Amino acid sequence: MDQPTKDLINNEITNNEVCLFMKGTPDAPQCGFSMTISNLLKILEVNFKGINVLESQSLREGIKEFSDWPTIPQVYIKGEFVGGCDIVKEMYENGELKKILEEKEIIHKKS
Amino acid sequence: MAMDLKEIEILIKEAIPGAIVEIQDLAGDGNHYSATVTSAEFSGKNKIEQHKMVYNSLKGKMGNELHALAIKTKE
Repeated sequence: MDQPTKDLINNEITNNEVCLFMKGTPDAPQCGFSMTISNLLKILEVNFKGINVLESQSLREGIKEFSDWPTIPQVYIKGEFVGGCDIVKEMYENGELKKILEEKEIIHKKS
Repeated sequence: MAMDLKEIEILIKEAIPGAIVEIQDLAGDGNHYSATVTSAEFSGKNKIEQHKMVYNSLKGKMGNELHALAIKTKE
């Protein structure tokens, strides 16, 4: 991975409490898995930054190397990699995602 | 490019000996699978580490030959 890509990823996960690296945008996802996670974060009313990896081939490959994770979407909360589609979906279903949001003091829907 | 269901199962079982592996072809297109992997080897590891063990068993095929594999891990 080149340094500009690494810097870009570091900037995004440092400057945004919740980042979703995804295919497409939260309003127009280009992949069902990215749409699922984007929708879950919307349901929880989390203010997140969607980063479209389809806009840059170096970012699309770079994020996989950065996280040591082969698939997209990827969720970062306060700079920490939380998981991909399967894990985050499972965490949403069993309540763990809410627990992490609470622990990390991220504003979200409580009820 | 598609991947055979059996091939995925063999790769996972090779990497995680004794694992119980259930694979479903979700769309019938040889491209969208789900795998449920049950293994005692997952014990003491978090979900990210567990899923990485499964991804690693596929030796870089994930995201290439294998477009989509939904993973569920159980101890």
